[in-house]
Amino acid sequence: MSGALTISEPRVAQAAPTARASRGRFQITSPRATMAKLSAYGVLVLVGLFFITPLLWLVLAAFEPEAAVGASTPLVLSFSNFGKVLNWSGTFLPLINSAIQSGGTAVLTVVASLFAAYPLSRYHMRFRRPFLYTIVFSTGLPITAILVPVYSMFARFDLVDNVPAVILFMTATSLPFGIWLMKGFMDGVPIDLEQAAWVDGATWVQSLRRVVAPLMMPGIAVITIFTFVSQWGNFFVPFILLQSTSKLPASVAIYQFFSQYGQTDYGQLAAFSILYTLPVVMLWIVMSRFLRGNFTFAGAVKG
Amino acid sequence: MLASRLAKPKGTPTMRWLGPLSPALLIMLLFFAGPIIWACYIAFTNKALTGVGASHAKWVGFSNFTHMFSDPLFVHSLLLTLIYVVGSAIIGQNTLGFLIALLQRSKNAIFTAVLNTFVIGAWVMPETVAAFCWYAYLYQGGTLDSFLHHVGLSQDWLYTTPMLAIIIANVWRGTAFSMLVYSAALSDLPTDLLEAAQVDGANQLSMLRRIIIPLLRRSIVTNLMLITLQTLASFTLIFVLTAGGPGEESQTTPLYIYQQALQLYDISYGTAMCIVLLLIGALFSVVYIKLIKVEEVS
Repeated sequence: MSGALTISEPRVAQAAPTARASRGRFQITSPRATMAKLSAYGVLVLVGLFFITPLLWLVLAAFEPEAAVGASTPLVLSFSNFGKVLNWSGTFLPLINSAIQSGGTAVLTVVASLFAAYPLSRYHMRFRRPFLYTIVFSTGLPITAILVPVYSMFARFDLVDNVPAVILFMTATSLPFGIWLMKGFMDGVPIDLEQAAWVDGATWVQSLRRVVAPLMMPGIAVITIFTFVSQWGNFFVPFILLQSTSKLPASVAIYQFFSQYGQTDYGQLAAFSILYTLPVVMLWIVMSRFLRGNFTFAGAVKG
Repeated sequence: MLASRLAKPKGTPTMRWLGPLSPALLIMLLFFAGPIIWACYIAFTNKALTGVGASHAKWVGFSNFTHMFSDPLFVHSLLLTLIYVVGSAIIGQNTLGFLIALLQRSKNAIFTAVLNTFVIGAWVMPETVAAFCWYAYLYQGGTLDSFLHHVGLSQDWLYTTPMLAIIIANVWRGTAFSMLVYSAALSDLPTDLLEAAQVDGANQLSMLRRIIIPLLRRSIVTNLMLITLQTLASFTLIFVLTAGGPGEESQTTPLYIYQQALQLYDISYGTAMCIVLLLIGALFSVVYIKLIKVEEVS
């Protein structure tokens, strides 16, 4: 999802309770309005079907022992496809590689953007505005378009197939958005709390660690999960920059499985896909819990 | 939300901002700005991964760029990219996302929650898995085919209509983003205006045209910018579904760059095309910055 996925800056929900309660509650009761409501449901059901049908194959094929390319109803519910793909080199190693690479990127991104957001949120600085503009500008740049020069640079400095270097590159591409989100969350923490710490002679590290960070844990969790989920699905970067089979994350391993056996073994491909998808879906559910509590996405784009 | 003049954390003024900023700055300079600067150099050379260009890259001036615009395959790929962006993002995701967000207002909570799960699920799942789902759906003998062969329309949709296939798959994949943007924007609309219009007997359509869309203008433009940027460089979905084929029928610019630079090893030509793509992205990104106004939120 890197580059392909950007959410605008979040905003701490500060709407007054009265304004919130009165939102979107105009009721319609006329017969014409009832018709409108019914047809709205009709359209939404069609939209729902459009979104559900491509997923049918994934679920049905995974539980069918001899799955073909099309979705068909399984006669027996079988876990044999899962049994076949659950082996070290085929599934566990790629998933562990994915976890190391996306986890490493998420941790580095969160720590570096937490640090960087502090002066951007707290101090008057001459270059604060141009810096923020550059950050927002970078979030828009198509990452795919720098991969060729990155590959050539990696080849020049002998970094191709080097996992730490790939993690650093993925961190660099996650940072602009991470810093932007982090600054938004940090702006929501009142500065008065730190003033006392500063008067007592606290350094920025101390006030960040003891005062600010604990107060923005939901925001930190959101950025961690968001970065992790984005990189978990990242195909192009490891596909270009990694070569050894033992280092490939699930996104690339599953593609290789598809191009080698995919034509014949759809059931196993579907089972592997489900195992690979489940962690991010669960993380996303956790993240939306955090968001529902304190934050609303897409705050910056409101009219 | 800025510090008063009196209280400041301990440390010299420079260390107070450079200290915390340096890890992020260092990583971004080395691995983000570095490759872009590197790109601006090698795009003007004949660097390649094999042959003469591999060991002794020479300065060739603008020849990579002039070659590009006389290369029919590149021009063709730009055209396909334009069709892909307009079709899947600007028309598809944007309209469908707006439609879902609008129709979902004041509807049954369980119904909308189930619908949202599927729409957002398509967006959250890894891109390769999304592509497999569509591959299985559109392939000859696939799900869609097993419905349509009863009416004699059996075919491999990825082969007969590759552009339409990748456009529809990308609408499916990315609509959630527009839907989330518009849901948030719609929930912030002032209800008194809508109520007043309703009292005055405005019908749904004129309310949409005269009130809702004008009020959402900025959200709409911002959303269009963002999804254009996301779609412009889209690679994985197309690569897994059609790999640019059959022939070059669905070879958008990112796929053409991949083929030239990493399969045919013409790194300098690929990089020059990357720069063109980056410039197009940069143009949209500048418009996006103008829209969100950094200072407003700081």
